[in-house]
Amino acid sequence: MAAESSPLHQFTIERIAEIHIGGLDLSFTNSALFMTVAAGLVTLIMLLASRGGSDIPGRLQSFAEMLYDFIANMLEENVGEEGRRYFPFLFTLFTFVLFGNLLGMIPYSFTFTSHIVVTFAMAATVFVGVTLIGIFRHGFHFLSFFVPHGVPKPLLLLLVPIEILSYFIRPFTLAIRLFANMVAGHTMLVIFAGFVGSLGVFFFAPIVMDAAIVLLEFLVAALQAYVFTILSCLYLKDAIHLH
Amino acid sequence: MDIAAAKMIGAGLACIALVGAGIGIGNVFSSLINSLARNPSAQVTTWAFLGFALAEATGLFGLLIAFMILFAF
Repeated sequence: MAAESSPLHQFTIERIAEIHIGGLDLSFTNSALFMTVAAGLVTLIMLLASRGGSDIPGRLQSFAEMLYDFIANMLEENVGEEGRRYFPFLFTLFTFVLFGNLLGMIPYSFTFTSHIVVTFAMAATVFVGVTLIGIFRHGFHFLSFFVPHGVPKPLLLLLVPIEILSYFIRPFTLAIRLFANMVAGHTMLVIFAGFVGSLGVFFFAPIVMDAAIVLLEFLVAALQAYVFTILSCLYLKDAIHLH
Repeated sequence: MDIAAAKMIGAGLACIALVGAGIGIGNVFSSLINSLARNPSAQVTTWAFLGFALAEATGLFGLLIAFMILFAF
């Protein structure tokens, strides 16, 4: 199969500006470009929205306030008062993933969240950070996280390994969930678009299907950003309150 | 067996994972309708969509394997 017509062709990383420093390939790629655009767009929106600061918010200010309240409430409900300190990190995480997913919905653009190296870097940061928070807050007592309460002693032999396994599998599921959703959705769009030519008089059927998938993908783009953030939030809760 | 045929069979088998996702998503939304019919003021829609996303992701792992068999190797 030719590389151009493959449904996975849209995920290829291309070097825009070649930068090599001491054998390291630090080239500026299209992935890096869209990350910069996403981060820049969020910063721009938040800066513009917070400039006026009127009592009766305009459209932009309402949007920024909604985003802020959304994450602030999520932290308040799940983590509680101690969660306020981690608000900047979770807000950055949410807006970065959200704008990355939504930028990917523009035709011929690049979705950087469709690369496992990007999602895994974010998930590993969350995992390592949350584990360190737990260890610094509770010391050796943190290990009691792996021992469920009110379980008969013999059953612990079975349950503790399961708890440890399910703890260390977290960054992988967190990363693969976001990555798989973005890749599967975008690949499905191209596959259905490929049926248009081969179906003859029924050419409209895949087009209708594609329109429906685009709607679903917008839902998934927002939903996966939410899921990524709320799961990070729940992991943070586990580290702070230990069950 | 011919390797191309084996790839097709493998991709088809990988798509069976979507059965579980279908059952799971159906279960999530049937429970949502059930609970909203019993108590219309219940604040559970956000949790339903969280459940939908988690259930859908497990099926997509299988779909992704199918795509990788077909197009990446």
